[in-house]
Amino acid sequence: MSLTNQEIKKIAQLARLELTPEEENRYAETISAVLDYMKILNEVDTENIEPTAQVTGLKNVVRQDEIKKCSANKQLIEQMPKVYANELSVPGVFE
Amino acid sequence: MLMNYRYQEYLNNMNLNELTIKEAADGLKNGKFTSVDLTEACLKRIKERNSELNAFITVCEKTALDEAKKADKIIADGNGKLLTGIPFAVKDAICTADVRSTGAAKILDNYVPSFEATVIKKIRKQGAVLVGKTNCDAFGHGASNENSMYGPVHNPHDLKKVAGGSSGGAAAALADNQCIFSIAEDTGGSIRQPASFCGVVGLRPSYGRNSRYGIMPMASSLDTVGPMAKTVEDVALLMEVMAGQDDLDATTVSDKVDCYLKELEKPINGMIVGVPKEYFEAEGMDKETKEIIEKQIDLLKSRGCKIKEVSLPYTKYAVATYYVLVPSEDSSNLARLDGIRYGVRADAKNLFDVYAKSRAQGFPEEVKRRILIGTYALSAGYYDAYYKKAQQVRTLIKNDFDKVFKQVDVLVVPTSPFPAFDIGSKSKDPMVLYLSDVFLSPAAIAGVPGLSVPAGKTANGLPVGVQIIGPRIGESEIMRIGHNLMK
Repeated sequence: MSLTNQEIKKIAQLARLELTPEEENRYAETISAVLDYMKILNEVDTENIEPTAQVTGLKNVVRQDEIKKCSANKQLIEQMPKVYANELSVPGVFE
Repeated sequence: MLMNYRYQEYLNNMNLNELTIKEAADGLKNGKFTSVDLTEACLKRIKERNSELNAFITVCEKTALDEAKKADKIIADGNGKLLTGIPFAVKDAICTADVRSTGAAKILDNYVPSFEATVIKKIRKQGAVLVGKTNCDAFGHGASNENSMYGPVHNPHDLKKVAGGSSGGAAAALADNQCIFSIAEDTGGSIRQPASFCGVVGLRPSYGRNSRYGIMPMASSLDTVGPMAKTVEDVALLMEVMAGQDDLDATTVSDKVDCYLKELEKPINGMIVGVPKEYFEAEGMDKETKEIIEKQIDLLKSRGCKIKEVSLPYTKYAVATYYVLVPSEDSSNLARLDGIRYGVRADAKNLFDVYAKSRAQGFPEEVKRRILIGTYALSAGYYDAYYKKAQQVRTLIKNDFDKVFKQVDVLVVPTSPFPAFDIGSKSKDPMVLYLSDVFLSPAAIAGVPGLSVPAGKTANGLPVGVQIIGPRIGESEIMRIGHNLMK
């Protein structure tokens, strides 16, 4: 399984990661090797085997949908990279 | 109860930072020293050694001493609990309220959580003193602590060697007596492997035993948080504080939390110890490591355990399964880190570039690689071939363990196929490092607990850990065996 630089570019775009051309080369090479190794899974007959998403056996853990008090507003605002008029400032979504 | 020779040793000016939790708590209670003395001893050691070992990203010098003073008052008033006044360290991928938590990635270089991980809250509620946040592979991605954006951690037994990973700082700080215990996270070996490389005890609990609330998520279906300490007894004591259901983590289970300290004292005579042949026939297994582990098995036999050879036939597919599941879940979990609401935001004009540049500058190489692998494995047309396939193999690996624990009480295997290796020697090719997880991934995939206990040293003085794996919620059994092996 060999990934081209073009494919790496496409995945990086989906993942919102800017890559340098050197990184594209390196990832194409190393990720192809990892995907090659994963082929070993094709040796395993998994017909009629249920997939396991988690191991606890818990099902439908629910709770009341209640509003809880949160006193961290000030701390949360302090963590924001850019604040305008006490609110989070972000670049425009539409250009 | 302090053993007499240890007691004598610390009366003879043994450095306070070298004590176990049990010994330190006893000394505090009896007024032999104060929490300020104990905390100062740890802080002094950190100061002397951090430039060499690089175990800490953040040291909480001032707040630690304030907490220690508070603890001394609580103890003086007769309200001390087991952990009151005991200095500890926390892996930086675990959120601590009002204390910087970077996850060892620059994207969170300035991040100060407004909330605390549940397990840390429980420990601090007892009055334990937080001395600092320890270095790790960024977000837990790695097995050597070389994927930290704050530099690698050096092994206290040989500074040229890695401390292991991902929780290398937590293990190195503890082994070097810079704290009395530490708390770390294990997704596929991140507690057990560095514990074995640094010669300390580390427990990966069963998935769902301890709350994951406040742990920076890596692979949500495998992540666990557990203790590292100098003795199994200390680990048992910490698990009594940490374990249990939490409203803030819906995957925590309601199983009763055992009185682990009492469970340790039960006899091991008659317990059935499984030795899975796949773990001893592995390629690249170091000869000295194998001999040390075989000696441990002989020791258990001589103490009345029945040894039984067993087989876990799907073991050889565990690493491949792990490296599909984990990057997939990683890529999804790490999507939240985009420089928008918290962390470091890169300068850029449009929104896409803010995301792409913040992430490019804030993540190290291995984090990016895992995001790319995961994004690919989950993308349209590939999901069935990778993620679903791996989840099916996961079922078979889990069945292996279910079947084997019908025949035996615990499994005893090496923690790692080899001891700590040279810094830089395995960092070029990611597959080489991924394969070092061979004895660690299977238990993680099955969600069963594993304990690494120091088993001996190689001729070059490097620690080797023996791993005891148990059935789900079998923490008592594996700690009982581990405790016995350390006697």
